[in-house]
Parts: sequence; structure tokens; C-alpha cells
Amino acid sequence: MDLNTLWFILLTVLFSGFFFLEGFDYGVGILLPFVARSDRERRAVINAIGPVWDGNEVWMITAGGAMFAAFPHMYATLFSGFYLALVFMLIGLIIRGVAFEFRGKREDPKWREIWDWAIYYGSLIPALIWGITVANLMRGVAIEGDLNYYGGLIPLLNPYAFFGGLVFLALFILHGASFLGIKLEGVVKDRVKDVTGKIWVVAVVLTVAFLIWTYLATDILNNPGWDGLIPAILAAVALLLSGLFYKMGREGWTFLCGGLVIILATVMVFSGLFPRLMISTLDPAYDLTIYNASSSPYTLKVITIVAAIFLPVVLAYQGWTYWIFRKRLSPDSPDLHY
Amino acid sequence: MDPVILSRWQFAITTIFHFFFVPVTLGLSLFLAVLETKYVTSGEEIYKKMVKFWGKIFLINFAIGVVTGIVQEFHFGLNWSEYARFMGDVFGAPLAIEGLMAFFLESTFIGVWIFGWDKLSPKAHAGVAWLIAIGSNLSALWILVANSFMQNPVGYAIRNGRAEMTDFWALVSNPNVRYQFPHVVTAGVAVGGFLIMSFSAWHLLKDKAETREFFTRSFRWAAIFALIGALLVGLIGHAQGQFLAQSQPLKIAAMEGHWETEAPASFSVIAIVNQEKQANTFEIKVPKFLSLMLFNDLSTGFKGLKELQEEEIAKYGPGNYIPPVLISYWSSRTMIGIGLVMVLIAILAVWWSWKEKLQERRWFLRMLILTGLLPTIAITAGWLIAETGRWPWIVHGLQKIEDAVSPAITPGIIIFSMSSFLVLYSVLGVIGVSLMLKYGKSDPAAAEGKGE
Repeated sequence: MDLNTLWFILLTVLFSGFFFLEGFDYGVGILLPFVARSDRERRAVINAIGPVWDGNEVWMITAGGAMFAAFPHMYATLFSGFYLALVFMLIGLIIRGVAFEFRGKREDPKWREIWDWAIYYGSLIPALIWGITVANLMRGVAIEGDLNYYGGLIPLLNPYAFFGGLVFLALFILHGASFLGIKLEGVVKDRVKDVTGKIWVVAVVLTVAFLIWTYLATDILNNPGWDGLIPAILAAVALLLSGLFYKMGREGWTFLCGGLVIILATVMVFSGLFPRLMISTLDPAYDLTIYNASSSPYTLKVITIVAAIFLPVVLAYQGWTYWIFRKRLSPDSPDLHY
Repeated sequence: MDPVILSRWQFAITTIFHFFFVPVTLGLSLFLAVLETKYVTSGEEIYKKMVKFWGKIFLINFAIGVVTGIVQEFHFGLNWSEYARFMGDVFGAPLAIEGLMAFFLESTFIGVWIFGWDKLSPKAHAGVAWLIAIGSNLSALWILVANSFMQNPVGYAIRNGRAEMTDFWALVSNPNVRYQFPHVVTAGVAVGGFLIMSFSAWHLLKDKAETREFFTRSFRWAAIFALIGALLVGLIGHAQGQFLAQSQPLKIAAMEGHWETEAPASFSVIAIVNQEKQANTFEIKVPKFLSLMLFNDLSTGFKGLKELQEEEIAKYGPGNYIPPVLISYWSSRTMIGIGLVMVLIAILAVWWSWKEKLQERRWFLRMLILTGLLPTIAITAGWLIAETGRWPWIVHGLQKIEDAVSPAITPGIIIFSMSSFLVLYSVLGVIGVSLMLKYGKSDPAAAEGKGE
């Protein structure tokens, strides 16, 4: 396997990690105003992700950095071409990031209400935009011969991509709800449990519809390169299993299967693209691939060595933090810091 | 409107705003790690209280630093995609490594630090504080490795129509990093020291019996930080200037408003700079002093902007290679002037707090409240020199700023994004500062245990 392929896989790993970890953070943020009413309840929900959300967000930063380092043309085409969409996402991420820190800094209920909505929109907007972005990557955009996409925002908001955004939202909300299921106890958890069942039904309907649409509108599921179909089927199975475990009241397994759906869906997208990174709808010759968009072999070697050393270390200490904060929280728990 | 100019403005606004907060993180993370270590080794509760109290200021600041940092990472692709294509092979690696090696460390353990007071032993918790400090400062290292390539490109070859990395070690050991990195870190130490001194001075003026000990001790530690930071940042800055006189003489000549080649070179103390006429219309000079500053002797000559411009034309073809001299000249006077004042203040602060004379020097305490942000102004001036002094290059000698901008973006959308960011930063800045003031002025005993 050449280093270009290895970095394609590492990019898949980083985006899987990002969508898995930030997926439940976004989901929790979106659920916040609906499952928690009083200030103590909301604090319990926020503190469920309190110790980890910042570390989780670095998966996105590092995925972006890795894209820049390994496939600079993808970074350049995607970020400049999807400019406005990403600016909206940044605005969301900015208000969400400070909201966690600012919210508890004043007693005033109005103040806290504002930051609760900042967390809500700051989770909803990035989740939706990532979904729209990924669906556009699956479908392809009008990349021209100079590797740039000049179409602007409007063509990106096509029905297929927007539907992809809704699927992302549903999966993240489900993932967030099952995360709260293993992190909380008491009245909020009962409400979350209720939501989990409902959002699961929505997620199943949307996901199945989206897979059919994907089969009809893209070549992701019958890509001659790598097979996107197998991870798609596995993702569907994992989604059904998460529902089954939910029925059985097995919260840990519900969460794991929901997380597996997100990881397998990410694998599906990347496998379906391989060896392409970005599809041009104008001419296959304009596709960005792991070869024409990549860094030099030397640079790939350097970052491979760094990743081989540090990625396991990161996984180890992040795993440790989840172990430390494994205790369940309730609105009267003394461990609320935010 | 020109997308290049708009993109430059947007980048400048974000970078400057981002860098109001980053040095506070660099300095305060070290300050807190030192205090927490002192808590563990001495066992005195007051140090834990100090860590928790100043930790709040640190965390408010940290949040804004992080969210504006995300914009920074996206910016190279959003507005500067041609730069990303041309330089990505060299420039992307340090950013990816920064994420993997430093930012993960800092961000993961900040959560552990906030939430882990009752879950970890005091020793382990102090260890976490060090991991945050190391992560923050390592983060600065990799960003400055990347920035140093833009100032002084090394370890690359131009192949396949772009710059390709040929020697990673050369990139990391870029001589520019050796000056720029310690200059930034020690600037952060000074920022942390002056900020804590400023809040402590406010409390010492109130002179309440129950908080006297707390703020006297905080002041003493902060004053030591301020002195170490102020002395080192100046000495390193001086060495950096001597290095830049070799590697980027145009930058230094612009900083000094040095139009004509002189041997020995005189130092311009103050001048009215006229870029169009390529001359200073009014000027007070100290003979030979620039030679002394740059070359440690009284005779070596230093080329002026006009001659350097001719040399650049010979090297790179026709064009204007003189940076905006007015910005560089006044930023340099601001930075160096403030730097000297900081050293003086820090010496007095250490001396009088050691002699326990602070309460008798109430004018000094009053002044210290105002000087809390001096280092931040100096740092902003410093970055203005570093970045505008590279003009017209985005990467010195390799790519011009005008060739680096994204072809796919239009002035309209940049105006939209820039004004959105500007509004957002203004709101965040006001809220952040008012929260820092609120917590900095609060009573450490009363604040204990409340929403962190």
C-alpha cells in the first residue's frame, strides 16, 4: 500500500473519530433545550460532555490539518469552494465554544438562556453543514480544470445534499441521546429515553431513503474502486441493532451501535469515493484524487511517522479521560462545573 | 473592492484578535502550573485558591483563543487557496503536527483540569496543569515553525510547480524559529505577569484584611513572571533583530525608516516618514547607533530601503518591494518603547513587593492597573512588523500575496464573512473582557465553589 492510500485511510479514521465524538456533542447540544428544563437539569446535560467536548473538537481541527498536509489540493478546493457554508459553520462553532465557558459565569437566568440557545444553534448549524458538505462530496460538484469550484453556495444546497444534512442531524441527535442515556440518571434521563425511541424511527426512515437516493444519484455504492456497499449494509444493520438494544434497555450497546453507524457511514463515504477525494461533475479528468491532490512522497513520509507516534498516544489519553469521568450525572450531582 | 485587500483585512482582523488571547494562554498556563506545583510541594491551601481564582481568568481567555484559532486554521483554505496549493506540501505538515502533538494535549487536559479537582490526586492534577502549559507552548512552536517558513523559507525545493519539502529537520531548526519561538513564549510570560499584577494591584488598593495575603502573594509571583518575561523578551528580540538584519533586511530597514545606505548607520529615534518621497521629512538621529544595535560595532554599514529595492528588482524582476514603512516604523517604536517601560515597571514591582513597600506606593499600584495590557499592545505591534514587513511576499521570495488568494471567492462574500466575524469578535471581546473584570475583581473567598 502506498502512502497516498495510507493517508486516505488516516483521513477516514480522523473524520470517523470526529463524527463519532463530536457527533454526540452536537446531538447533546441540539437536545439541550428540549430534554432539560430547569437550570440544574441543563447543567447536568452540559456537564455530561463538559470534560470532553474540547478534546473531541480537536478531531475536526486535526482532520483539517491532516487534509492540508496530505492532500493540500483537497483542502484548497473544498475550503475556498464551500466558503460561505464553512463560514456559517465557523460562526456556529465560535458561539458554541464560548457558550460552554460563558454560560455559568453569571447567575442571571436570561444570560444562561441565551447561551443555551447558542449551544443549540452552535451544534445544529455545524452538524447540518457537515452533512450537506459530505453529501456534496458524494454527489460531486462542478470542479473545473484548474481544480477550483466556482459555483458558490446555491448549488451546494441541492435537495440531495440537504437531505444528507438531515440524515446527519438525525444520526447525531440519536447518538447524543444515547450518550446522555449512559451519562445521566434521574428525570432528564427518562425524557432522553423517550426521545431516543422517537428519533431512532426518524433516523431509520431518513437513512434508508438516503441510501436509496445515494444508489440512484451517485456511484458511491457501486464505486469500481473500493466497495461502498458493504459498509452501507453494515451501517444499516448497526442502526437496526441499536434500536433492538434500545428496546432491550441495553444503554451501552445502544450507544455503541449508534456510534458504529456513524463510523461505518463515514467509511462508506470514503470507500465510495476512493481513489477520488472530490468528484467533478464536469469531467472525470478534473476529479481530485489521492494522487493528483496529494503532497510529495517525502512530506507524506514525515507526517506518517508523526501520526504513527502520536495518534496512539492521543487515543490512549483521551480514552483515559472518558474513564475518569465515567460516573453518571444527575441534576443534583455535585460534579457540575460548567 | 479587491479580493486580495479584503482577504488581507479579514486575516489581519482574525489574527490580531486571536493573538490578544493566545499569549495570555501561553503565559497563564505556565503561571498556573508553577503555582499548582507550589501548592503540591508546600501543601499550603492558599496556592490552591490562587490557582482556582486565576484559573477562571485563564479559562475565559482560553475559550476565545480556541474558537478564533479554528477560524485561523480554516483561513488558509478559505481565502488563500492558491497559497495552500503552492505551499501546502511544506506548510500543512507543521499544522497537522500541531494538532496531533499539541492541540490534542492542551484541549483534552483542559477538560480534565476543570473537572478533575476531586477525581485526581493533587500531584496528578498539577501534572495535568503542566500538560496544558506544555501543550499550549508546543502549539505555539509548530505554528511558528510554519510562520518561520513564510519569513525565511528553508528545507524546500521548487518542483512540480510548487514548493516541496525536502528536509523536515531544516524546517524545524529554521534559525528564524530559534528567535521567534522564545520571543513569543517570553512575551506570553510577560503578558501573564502584567495581567495578574494589574488585578492584584486593584485588590491591594482596596486593602481588605481577608484578601491581603492572597493578593500580596499573587502579586509577588506575577511580578517575578513579569520581570523574567520582560527581560527575556527584550534580549531575545534584540538578537532576533540582528538575525533579521541578515535574513530580511528590508523588514529591518522598514522598521527603522532607514531609506539611505549608511556606514556607519545612524538610528532614527523619531521621524515623519514619507513613503511616496522615500524619505523622512523630519528626523532625530543618533549617529552610529543602528550599527551598534544590529552588528555590535560602530562601523558596519546597513543598506537603506532604496538600495535594497534595487537589489530585489535585480533578483525578482520589476516591482515594488518596500513594505509599508509607516506601519513598521511606528510599530517598532511602540514595541520597543513599551518593552523598555515593561522592564522598568517589572523591576520596581519585584523590588517593592520584596521590600513590602507596595502599600506606601499607591500611585504605583494605580498605574499597574492601567499597565496590565501594555504587553498585549507590544505584541500586536510586533506581529504587525513581522507580517507587514514581509510585504509583498506571502512567503519571502517565493510567492507574492496577490498570487495567493482564492480564485473562487468574490468580494461580496468576503465582505459578508469579514463583517460577520468583526461583529462576532467585537461581541466576544466585550463579553470576554467584562467577564474577566468581573472575576478578577471578585472576592476569592466568596467566589469559591461557584460555577466555574
